[in-house]
Amino acid sequence: VAHTGRTVGRLGEGDWDGKVSEIKKKIKSILPGTSCDLLPDTSHLPPEHSDVVIVGGGVLGLSVAYWLKKLESRRGGIRVLVVERDYTYSQASTGLSVGGICQQFSLPENIQLSLFSASFLRNINEYLAVTNAPPLDLQFNPSGYLLLASEKDAAAMESNVKVQKQEGAKVCLMSPDQLRNKFPWISTEGVALASYGMENEGWFDPWCLLQGLRQKVESMGVFFCQGEVTRFVSSSQRMLTTDDEMVILKRIHEVHVKMDHSLEYQPVECSIVINAAGAWSAQIAALAGIGKGPPGTLQGTKLPVEPRKRYVYVWHCPQGPGLETPLVADTSGAYFRREGLGSNYLGGRSPIEEEEPDPENLEVDHDFFQEKVWPHLALRVPAFETLKVQTAWAGYYDYNTFDQNGVVGPHPLVVNMYFATGFSGHGLQQAPGVGRAVAEMILEGSFQTIDLSPFLFNRFYLGEKTQENNTM
Amino acid sequence: MWDLVLGDRRINSLRLVAPMWNGTRGIHRLGGAVVPEGNQKKERTMLQFLTNHFYDVEALRGYLLQREMSKVHMKNRSFTWLEEQHGPYSAGAFFILKQGGAVKFRDKEWIRPDKYGHFSPEFWNFREVPVEAVDASDCEINYEGLDNLLLLKELQSLSLQRCPHVDDWCLSRLYPLADSLQELSLAGCPRVSERGLACLHHLQNLRRLDISDLPAVSNPGLTQILVEEMLPNCKVVGVDWAEGLKLGPEEQPQDTASPALA
Repeated sequence: VAHTGRTVGRLGEGDWDGKVSEIKKKIKSILPGTSCDLLPDTSHLPPEHSDVVIVGGGVLGLSVAYWLKKLESRRGGIRVLVVERDYTYSQASTGLSVGGICQQFSLPENIQLSLFSASFLRNINEYLAVTNAPPLDLQFNPSGYLLLASEKDAAAMESNVKVQKQEGAKVCLMSPDQLRNKFPWISTEGVALASYGMENEGWFDPWCLLQGLRQKVESMGVFFCQGEVTRFVSSSQRMLTTDDEMVILKRIHEVHVKMDHSLEYQPVECSIVINAAGAWSAQIAALAGIGKGPPGTLQGTKLPVEPRKRYVYVWHCPQGPGLETPLVADTSGAYFRREGLGSNYLGGRSPIEEEEPDPENLEVDHDFFQEKVWPHLALRVPAFETLKVQTAWAGYYDYNTFDQNGVVGPHPLVVNMYFATGFSGHGLQQAPGVGRAVAEMILEGSFQTIDLSPFLFNRFYLGEKTQENNTM
Repeated sequence: MWDLVLGDRRINSLRLVAPMWNGTRGIHRLGGAVVPEGNQKKERTMLQFLTNHFYDVEALRGYLLQREMSKVHMKNRSFTWLEEQHGPYSAGAFFILKQGGAVKFRDKEWIRPDKYGHFSPEFWNFREVPVEAVDASDCEINYEGLDNLLLLKELQSLSLQRCPHVDDWCLSRLYPLADSLQELSLAGCPRVSERGLACLHHLQNLRRLDISDLPAVSNPGLTQILVEEMLPNCKVVGVDWAEGLKLGPEEQPQDTASPALA
C-alpha cells in the first residue's frame, strides 16, 4: 500500500488516494502509542485532590509552595497545587515591580523579613538549586537605599534607624553636609536627615527570582494549573466560644477551577486554601464568604486589599548621578535609581489619596510624570532638569487600605483559608520570609522563626493598626 | 513522585557513572557558566541525559553538589572567637593562611603556607602588630568568610584575584576597610560585575584598583570610565577604555600596542 499519492489520472479510479489516506489514518489510530479518542484529554485540568491549593502563582504563591515542600517532614508528604490565571504574568505585580529590597522599616517584623530575604537572595543558588539547570543570576545591585527626611520627619527617622540597627540592619544616619560630601549631585535643600543602607539593600531582577522559584518548585513536585478559581464549596459548623457566644465556622472542601475561554471547570478537593492572589485577593476572599455579614462584626469584616495603580518611568539623563547612586527616596515621596550602565534612570512617586488613578487597566499617564514627579526630582537632583523619558509602565500594588502592611495567617472564621497578600508594594522583598512563615503556620501550627502575629487577619476586626511609618 | 526505585536500576546506573567520574573534576561545578569543550562536552550531555532519566543519578548529583557547598561553608567558618585570646590581627591572619593565602604584618616579611598548607606559627605572637597586606588569590573566600577578613582593621592592600566565590554581595561588605585600604585587586574574579564595583565608592582612600579580566562585567570599557569617575583619586587598572570601540574608516590602528577592536 506504499502509494506515493501521485494522481494517476485513470478514469473511474480518481478516489484511490482518498481511500488510501483513510486506511492509513485508521491503522494509525488503532496502533498503540497514539492518543485514542475514547478518553478525552484532561492534561490541562488540575488534579481532583490536592492537600493545599494556592490561589495565585506570583512570587508570594510560589514562595509558599517552595517552603511547604522544603519543610515537609516526609518527601512527597504534601500535595500542592498552584492555580494561576495568567501564565504570561502580564498584570502580576511581581514582574512589573522595580525590584528593590531594603530594611529601612519601622516595624521589627518587616526588618526581619527583609533581612531574611536578603540572605535568601544571596544564597539563592543553594536554596533553589536544580540539577542540570544553570545557576541563577539575580543581577543584584548592592547599592543601598537612601531615604531623605525633612525637619518634621527627622525624629521619626532617628528612632526608626535605632530599631533597624537593633534588629541587625546595617543602616547609618547622615547629615546634610555628609550627604553633599558623599553624593555631590544631590541638593540638600529641605533635607534635615538621611538614612543610608550600607549592606543587604539594593535592587534585583524579579523575573529571575520568579523563574528560579518556578523551576525549583516544579522539580519538587508541585502541580501547576492555568485557570481561574470561581467557587469555593464549604461546610459550616456552629460552635460556642468560651464566653458562650455562637460562631459559625466554615471549612472549604472544594475549589472550582475554571479553564480559560471555556465553561469547563474542575472541582479540586482540598484541605487548605492559600490566598496569594495579590491585587485581586479581595475577590477570592469574597468567594469564600469573608465579609458577608452585618458590618462591624467578624463575619462582616472584609479583606481590605484592593489594587492600586503605580507608574514607573524610565528616562535618560547624560549628566546624571554616577555609578554609586543608591535608590534615592525623596522627602516628597518621589524615588529614582540607576538602570544599567548607560545613564538611564527609573523612578516614580506614590500619588496622594485624592489623586489615585483608576485601577481599571494598566495605561500609563505621562502627565503624572510631568506635573507630579519631575519637579520633585529636578529639585533634589539639579542634573535631572534636562532629561528625556524613554518608556514607562504601570503595575498594581496589592494595597492594604487598613494599614499598608501584609495579611498573613489563617482567617478566624473560614478556618482553612490562609492569607499571604496585601503587602502594598513590598511583597517582592518580603516574599521568602512570608512564604516560610505561612508554611510554618500550616505545618507546625504557629510561626517558628519570625513571629508575624501582628499581621494576622484579626486586626481588621479589632481595629488595631500595625502601621508602617516608612512606606514608599 | 520522589520514590526511589532501588535494586537493579540503581546498580546499573552507578556502573555507568563510575568510569566517567575519574575524568571530570567535580560532578557539578559551582558558579556555573563553564563551557565544556571537546569530549568533556560529550560527557556532560551524557551525564545530563542520565540525570533526566534516572532519579538515582539526579539524587546523587544533588547530594554531591550539597557536599561541595558544605565544604566551602566549612572553609569559611568563623574564627572571630580567636580574637579575645590572640587579638584581631592574628585571628584574621590565621583565617587567610588556612585558606591558602599569604599575609604581611607591618615591618615583617610575607608569611605564606607551603605546598602542604603548613605555615610558621610565629604570627601568634604579633598581638599588637597590624596586618598590612593580604594576598588571598585563588582562595575560596565567600561572604561569610569576610567576617574574619574584616577583623583586620588596618589593612592597606588586598588581593582577591581569581577568587571563585567573591561576588557583588562580598564587595558591598568591604566598606569598613575604607579608612586604610589603598590597594585592591579583583582581577579574574568570575562573579564580580559592574554592580558590585559600584559599592567600591566607599573606599575613598583607594589608590590602585585592578579590575582586569572580569568576565561577568557586561561592558568593560564603559565600566572603567564610570569607576574612574566614581573614584577620582584612584588609578584604575586593567581595562583600556578604548576596548570595544570601533574606529572610523579613515583611522587605522597605529601600532600593535593598541588592543584589538570589535
